Amino acid sequence: MPGGPRWDRRRVLRTGAAAFGGAGAGWSASALVANGSAAAAPTDGPARVVGPSAGAETVPVVGTHQAGVDTPPQAHLALVGWDLREDAGVVGLTRMMRLLSDDAARLASGTAALADTEPELAAHPARLTVTFGFGPRVLRDLVPAGRRPRLDELPGFDRDRLDPRWGQTDVVAQVCCDDPTTLAHARRMLVKDARTFAQVRWIQQGFRTARGTVPDGTTMRNLMGQVDGTVNLAPAEPDFDPLVWSGDDALAGGTFLVVRRIRMQLDKWDRVDRVGREVVVGRRLDTGAPLTGVTEFDEPDFAATDRFGFPVIDPASHVARARSADPRERFLRRAYSYTEPDPARSTGEDSGLVFLAFAADPARQFVPVQRRLDELDRLNEWVVAIGSAVYAIPPAAPQGGYVGQQLLEGKSTGEKSPS
Amino acid sequence: MKKHLTAAVLAAALVPALAACGSGSEDARDQAPTSGSSPAAKAALTVTDPWVKAAPSGMTAAFGTLVNEGSSDVTVVAATTSVNDTTELHETVENEDGSMAMRPKEGGFVIPAGGSLALEPGGDHLMLMGLTEPVEAGTTVTITLTLGDGTTTDVEATVKAFDGADEKYQNGGEH
Repeated sequence: MPGGPRWDRRRVLRTGAAAFGGAGAGWSASALVANGSAAAAPTDGPARVVGPSAGAETVPVVGTHQAGVDTPPQAHLALVGWDLREDAGVVGLTRMMRLLSDDAARLASGTAALADTEPELAAHPARLTVTFGFGPRVLRDLVPAGRRPRLDELPGFDRDRLDPRWGQTDVVAQVCCDDPTTLAHARRMLVKDARTFAQVRWIQQGFRTARGTVPDGTTMRNLMGQVDGTVNLAPAEPDFDPLVWSGDDALAGGTFLVVRRIRMQLDKWDRVDRVGREVVVGRRLDTGAPLTGVTEFDEPDFAATDRFGFPVIDPASHVARARSADPRERFLRRAYSYTEPDPARSTGEDSGLVFLAFAADPARQFVPVQRRLDELDRLNEWVVAIGSAVYAIPPAAPQGGYVGQQLLEGKSTGEKSPS
Repeated sequence: MKKHLTAAVLAAALVPALAACGSGSEDARDQAPTSGSSPAAKAALTVTDPWVKAAPSGMTAAFGTLVNEGSSDVTVVAATTSVNDTTELHETVENEDGSMAMRPKEGGFVIPAGGSLALEPGGDHLMLMGLTEPVEAGTTVTITLTLGDGTTTDVEATVKAFDGADEKYQNGGEH
């Protein structure tokens, strides 16, 4: 098709360069004429200059970190939790991670996986990332003590109503993508290749606003309508690295992931009026600003009182209870909304939040905050955790190797062939 | 990357074999790493994305894309692997009743100069018969391809679980 999108050829070049091992740059931003009608009829008016298609964008693995942690959240999530089969052992896990790391690297670059039965579905990577993690049992049983990062299961919280169906698993993959079809294909490929070694316990699907619906960087809204995640770590700030990337030599370049599946009781929430809803959280619904402020990122003033002398922000509100005086009690939030059909519920569906948080030390950074919320948070009336898990997120695969290799085989074996 | 072994690289690794079959000279050992003049070094056959279907026993098949970057045609005439007794070069053809079946490819796989040949489920493939050990997902199998000029090329193929590739053998068997 003459005059067709010019980025096709560029995409071929790019995938050729970055097809394996994560080397090579991702999409280099440049202005291109990609609008079909404008390209076909340039005399009709000024050509509409747009960027490369969102589907062509890739997130290359840079440095020592897996992609999908400091990556701006994509629109869609599939979080896959596997239990290793009893006979898998370290040999099985090693084989599984070799295959899955290869799948992830290829698919993230827009290349079909090896033995991909639907290679066309890999053609539009749309910022696909796959981030792998190991649960506490894997570290305890399959990683030698000398190179084992410390990871304890999350403690019990009184208000949790945990369903083992959403519980701790051995292995996790956080698969994120701006396109749901590409995501579904990647998820299927990973699940197929893991099947020999592990059984899927759960797949937690989630979503944020679609790519382009709101300006990049806009704080998400959850399904209760709240601006959710205003207080978050940004990769640009100096605290990001020490609070996100592990300081443990055994997990250098890695981090930890806390998963909390939080169900929202939206039928009960329907009975709360706007004023009540804002009191519960301590923020305005329209702007997300604290009740003492004007814009979203204004600092809440917990000392401010109204004309009757009552605090403007209820000390039991979510924003007040989540706040810590200790700057170390912060983490990277990367949550997604979920909603699943559930005819057994009066609403006909089960909705909530797949809360994902990355932290260098969950016990020090996340657990104290969750303890406070567990003790008292007005929001608890409408939300309940039904799933809870924690994972060590290894660093990026060594050159030519697989994710988790440093833990499973040690650092000296980084030059082994991936396949 | 190991799987992109070229004949040129292998010429270095397989000097005794080359010498034995007469295509190398006595001083091949010294020349091979840098020589660009021997016919073997120019026959640039590479195999991209080689893989083998996992199987506990019996038969299985290997796939990948044979790429000929050289200036003359290359023919793969035979193959052996580290996990089985007899490996055949197969093509998939339509029977008289319209069903598909596979059979040995007469004359081997010809890869034209500058061209490639895809070995894939439902098409041309290597058939591995008489497995001597389980072929397990996540491991690799070494496949040795013998070319028309007598040289050989080693390929490390990744083993993957795969539900397809169950074509009927023309004589009745399956793999």
